This record gives sequence, structure tokens and C-alpha cells, in this order.
Amino acid sequence: MIVEADDVLPVRSTEDVVRVRQEVRSRTAAVGFSLVDQTKLITAASEIARNTVIYGGGGTLRLQILQNTTRRGVRLIFEDKGPGIPDIERALTDGYTSGSGLGLGLGGARRLSNEFDIASKPGEGTTITLARWKR
Amino acid sequence: MANAYISLPELISKNQTTLLHDWISLQRQTGAFNRRIKEEVLLEQSRGLLTELCSALQAGAPNDLKATEWSATRKILEEVSGTRTSLGFTPAETATFVFSLKEPIFNLLFAKTDSNVEKQQQEIWGINLLIDKLGLYTTEVAQSARENVIARQQQELIELSTPVVELWEGILALPLIGTLDSERTQVVMENLLERLVTSSAEFAIIDITGVPTVDTLVAQHLIKTVSAARLMGADCIISGIRPQIAQTIVHLGLELNVVSKATMADAFALALRRTGRSVEKRVASPKNGSL
Repeated sequence: MIVEADDVLPVRSTEDVVRVRQEVRSRTAAVGFSLVDQTKLITAASEIARNTVIYGGGGTLRLQILQNTTRRGVRLIFEDKGPGIPDIERALTDGYTSGSGLGLGLGGARRLSNEFDIASKPGEGTTITLARWKR
Repeated sequence: MANAYISLPELISKNQTTLLHDWISLQRQTGAFNRRIKEEVLLEQSRGLLTELCSALQAGAPNDLKATEWSATRKILEEVSGTRTSLGFTPAETATFVFSLKEPIFNLLFAKTDSNVEKQQQEIWGINLLIDKLGLYTTEVAQSARENVIARQQQELIELSTPVVELWEGILALPLIGTLDSERTQVVMENLLERLVTSSAEFAIIDITGVPTVDTLVAQHLIKTVSAARLMGADCIISGIRPQIAQTIVHLGLELNVVSKATMADAFALALRRTGRSVEKRVASPKNGSL
């Protein structure tokens, strides 16, 4: 698999969340995602970016365009040095939130992506990787 | 020996013409003269800045730009910053214009070597600091001008983007456009609730055609707005749900618990029906048209 483009964006404020959505929109459009697929990845990115700001205390997004032998895709890697997620399974449960949201963002983002991974260590930070392939 | 020493303000004002000439030719060499700024403007601003700098120095202005002695200099720097920003110069380029005055002044100082080396060093250091301050002031001016523009635009956006429209007696429409961050949603909700009171409407149609992304935060804001409207006795209909938004909402697992329609027209028709009205197409009868 080839990583065609690899950019890093700051995810520190709610304004950055807006920018993340715009960047993901332009990348997915450039790769040729359908409108539905674009919207799915943008929405997933919006959820995770907001979590990075609110719960992770800010971090970064690595935006990659992927190419393997048969298809193209977009991968998003959100990284923060926040408090981490103590119980990932619980965090992924719909309706559970440690904040004031609906508790659907993390699980929803997983359902909106083709590939989804959370790596988190309490006290050290969280890395969430999402990818979606062009159909 | 101190009496023989020519002080810096004196030196500069005595050699003002030479300085200006040197400065201008230096700017010519470094390519500061280009198509972006008119030569007359650059000449006039260079002359103006140098003149004001001299008179301020002669008046014995303190080393603080905020002092009244510097007001004329500040004014010309603001003008320099304004014209350059509007011509597309970066703040760094504008500051560099001011900093470039150092070279001719230093050349002048070095040429008039004095036996009092210590004093000369002090003056070089002093003028260095002063020109730095002048240059940085142009950057500050540019920055605060930009911040004003941003603040004004934000305010305009908040006001512009949240109109509540009366479609019919008792039916309000709220077309939402753009990102629904929390500050704007607050304004939206307030506007809607106020209009519900003044118009005693029974229905409010919230149209999200212009909202590019509906994620859990947007949904949460919508749900809150709908519940608040319900508490005030109005039913809400959400319209403008595009296919891609519908699919995303399902994947997110969101339950909006509110009547929704694909288009504003459908929502309006439903609201009319629920309020006991109907829209009929008049059947045209060519013969008895006048009756």
C-alpha cells in the first residue's frame, strides 16, 4: 500500500474542527468518493476531532491518501496527549458519555468508517485511526 | 570632549537629505521598488517617516512609542501599514521597509567616527532598538486591523444566518445555513423562541438543507431546540434532510424523535394540513372563466 499524501493539521479548537471537516471534504472529493461516502467520513472526522479537542485537550490529525493495488482511500489519524480512555469498550457503547454529549460519537464514527482503531493509554494519550475506501 | 560630540538627533537631522537619498537608493537595490507600490507613494512615505522621526528625536521624545511626541510618527506608520496591507504586502515585508532605515543611519554613524567609542556604541544600540519598535508597530497595526475585520465578520455572520420567516399564519420557518457551532445555535434557538411568543405559531419548520454536516453535536442542538419549542406549545418539523445526511444519521444511531421531511415544500404542506388548511389547484374552466 502506498501513502500518496500525508499532511498534519492541528486539532486544538472548535475552529480547527471546522477546518478538519473542510480538509476531509476536499481530500475525499479529490479521491473521487461519492457524496454519501464523503459525508460519512466527514461526519466521523467531525466526531473524533471534537473528542480530540474536548476530551483529549487538543492534538493533531494526520490526513493520508492511500493507494493499494485496486483501490484508493483516505486515512485519518487523530492523536492527542490527553488523559486517555480508561475503558475503550465502554466508551464505544452507544449512549455512554463521560461528558455532556449524546454518547454516540465514538461508536457512530466506527460505524461510519471501513477501518477503525483506538489505541489509548491512561495518562499518556489516545490515537484513533479511521479509514474509508472508495467504493 | 562631550561638547564636541554631535548627538544622534542632530546628526540625523543635519544629514536628512543624504539619509533619504541613501535609503531610497538602497531600497531600489534591494527591489523594494516594484510594481506593487507606486514610486511616488514609497518616496512620500519614506520622506514622511524620516521627517517625523527627526522631529520626534529633536523634541527629545522618550524611548516609548506611546508618548505624545511620537504621535505624528505613529500616524505615518499607520498609513504605511494601511497602504501596504491593502496592496497585499505581508506584515513582515512592511516591517522590513522600516528596518531598512537602519543601514543608512548606521553608515552615517560609522562615517562620523568619534573618539568617544562608548557613547557611540550606546547611540547605535539606542537607534537600533528604536527602529525595531517602529517596525514592530506597523505589524501591530496590521494585526489589529485584521482582527477588527474578523470580529466584524463573525458578528455579521451570526446576525445574517439566522432569520425566522413566517410562511403562513401560525407557521414559521427557520432555514439553517452553515456550521452549527454552539454560539450560533444559541442565537438560532433564542430567535425561534422569541418569534414563537410574538406570533403564537403552532408550527416551526427547521430546514437543514444548508447544513453541510449533521453530526452528534448538531443533532443534540437540534433536539434541544425542538424540545424547547415543544415546551412553548409549538410542533417542529425538520426538513431538508438529504439522502447522504439520512444515511449518516442512521449510522450514527441518532434518534431525532421529530417529524421530518425531505423538502421544505413537503414540510409546509404537512403543517398546512395539520392546521386544517389545504392548498388546491384551481380548475380552469375556459367557458365560464369570468364567473
